[in-house]
Amino acid sequence: TGRRRLDDALFDELEELLILADVGVDQAVEWVEDLRKQARERGVREAGELRPLLRELLLDVLGRDSAPLQIHPGSLSVVLVVGVNGAGKTTTLGKLAHRLTGEGRKVLLAAGDTFRAGAIEQLHVWGSRAQVDVIRQQQGSDPAAVVFDAIQAGRSRGVDVVLCDTAGRLHNKTNLMAELEKIRRVAAREVDGAPHEVLLVIDATTGQNALTQAELFSRSAGVTGVVLTKLDGTAKGGMALTIRRRLGIPVKFVGVGEGIEDLEPFDPEIFVDALLGTDGAEGRENS
Amino acid sequence: MGMFEGLAGRLQEAFARLKSKGKLSEADVDEAMKEVRRALLAADVNFTVVRDFVARVRERAVGQEVMKSLTPAQQVIKIVHDELTALLGGKPSTLNLSGRPAVVMLVGLQGAGKTTTAGKLAQWVRKQGRRPLLVAADVYRPAAVRQLQTLGEALKVPVFSVDGDADPVEISKSSLERASQEGCDVVLVDTAGRLHVDDALMEELERMKAAVVPGEILLVVDAMTGQSAVEVAEAFHGRLGLTGAIFTKLDGDTKGGAALSILSVAGCPIKFAGVGEKLDALEPFYPDRMASRILGM
Ligand SMILES: Nc1nc2c(ncn2[C@@H]2O[C@H](COP(=O)(O)OP(=O)(O)OP(=O)(O)O)[C@@H](O)[C@H]2O)c(=O)[nH]1
Ligand SMILES: Nc1nc2c(ncn2[C@@H]2O[C@H](COP(=O)(O)OP(=O)(O)OP(=O)(O)O)[C@@H](O)[C@H]2O)c(=O)[nH]1
Ligand SMILES: [K+]
Ligand SMILES: [Mg+2]
Ligand SMILES: [Mg+2]
Repeated sequence: TGRRRLDDALFDELEELLILADVGVDQAVEWVEDLRKQARERGVREAGELRPLLRELLLDVLGRDSAPLQIHPGSLSVVLVVGVNGAGKTTTLGKLAHRLTGEGRKVLLAAGDTFRAGAIEQLHVWGSRAQVDVIRQQQGSDPAAVVFDAIQAGRSRGVDVVLCDTAGRLHNKTNLMAELEKIRRVAAREVDGAPHEVLLVIDATTGQNALTQAELFSRSAGVTGVVLTKLDGTAKGGMALTIRRRLGIPVKFVGVGEGIEDLEPFDPEIFVDALLGTDGAEGRENS
Repeated sequence: MGMFEGLAGRLQEAFARLKSKGKLSEADVDEAMKEVRRALLAADVNFTVVRDFVARVRERAVGQEVMKSLTPAQQVIKIVHDELTALLGGKPSTLNLSGRPAVVMLVGLQGAGKTTTAGKLAQWVRKQGRRPLLVAADVYRPAAVRQLQTLGEALKVPVFSVDGDADPVEISKSSLERASQEGCDVVLVDTAGRLHVDDALMEELERMKAAVVPGEILLVVDAMTGQSAVEVAEAFHGRLGLTGAIFTKLDGDTKGGAALSILSVAGCPIKFAGVGEKLDALEPFYPDRMASRILGM
């Protein structure tokens, strides 16, 4: 490969790459501007140095460490999953139950989606797979009441973590968002500091709407972390970067399949390398 | 949104910076095209699709007389809107239910809305005076069959399912016999969500297609989808030859530029819009409204 000098076309290529990864056009323009500035400041002359530089820039945005779940040993923790329809909430909860059980924690699932057809049965299947009990009521019952029940059951059974499913909802539906606020209030009233985690589940194929989702779910539910699902497809999930940059919400886990093991703690380096098509080792070497 | 917000407002600003004249010059148009490009990208239209689209609009816009009643901004908006509407299919289109039974297969990525849409279509088809049979051919997702059965019960529409580890190809094949036994003349096949890069599962769809020879193979797409809509549509279309698409979750606040991406690669019409979780929340897809939505007008 011949050496290529820095030119506008090169920066345009990187802007295209970021846009195609769904970081959003405005954000892509901003980061490529930053990159130009840094390249100038550091006296970068060759094309090959640009991607590693962008890699560093994005890692600065994301932070280099994974953000662990805020659950507290020795006391009951409550975790909520929230998000738009079909993002992967229920599946993520099943995987998370399995993961936490594997770490030696006692877990209980709450079937807080009382709306969608088959949602309770779906969570029930995940409960059996993860060998975790599911607290459930009838379809159509009040989700906050299910969460209340699960917390009471969790307390009396000496459970470490209660994982609560919620129905998918679009963030522009005020009444449905108010329902989340109620669930939150009930959890907070029952357990100090609850909910300890509110995980916003986002499908990696989502475009710019993800940012609005993060804003509005944060407002109603107090999101503490993002789970980026379906990263086993080809979508890059670039909106997670933009959410981190604009709202400061970290990604905590990624979903990489439909199996129970297919949930991984978020690794910023792997994520950025996949997005930029950089090789981790090469990226580090050059920086 | 008002007339001068979004793209319209930005175009107006762009033209205000230029000195407007009787005809749109190349410089005028280039300035405007930057704004058009940005607006389309911000609406999640695929990068490559935007590039081709902008080139086409540019060609049309250069040298146009600015009509007396219109400002240059409105002129460009009109060209963009017309081109978008044309690309999105012009007029709404409907389902082909000509076979006896007519077979409709729903395919797409995980969580797009296939099962719910199958229920909605059952209701719609019945309103056309037909007798639908819902077919539970998703044997992978936990409680997928239960989900479809619940929808069938709510609608009082029969649901065909097979207990145990049945193969989706076998299920869909035997559903045709069941349809004739039950006097159903429309068969709606709900398939499992799958990634377009999952070779084995994509191949399974090809075998299902061969087994039931559907008159409609509809790609169900989440309206919030971003840049990857193009490769998803390409893959499903390449394997199956899509006859149409259904766009879901349009009750949200997404611009929905993925619609344009899908049409650009698959060329088949978008036949319906999903606008809610309830079973009656299905509307015809109106290309001109979608164009306005993408442009933020
Ligand atoms: N390939 C892949 N599929 C996933 C992943 N996570 C979830 N899914 C699939 O996505 C679909 C939707 O997942 P659910 O867990 O039902 O999503 P949800 O957010 O609970 O959906 P609603 O409750 O209807 O809003 C299912 O088919 C899952 O198997 C993932 O990481 N990778
Ligand atoms: N708001 C809204 N929600 C929808 C619409 N269509 C489907 N949904 C919801 O989206 C979620 C996923 O729908 P499903 O029908 O289960 O999707 P699917 O494609 O069958 O999912 P898999 O079988 O897991 O691949 C559910 O919560 C549905 O209620 C729509 O038009 N608007
Ligand atoms: K989706
Ligand atoms: Mg769910
Ligand atoms: Mg389904």
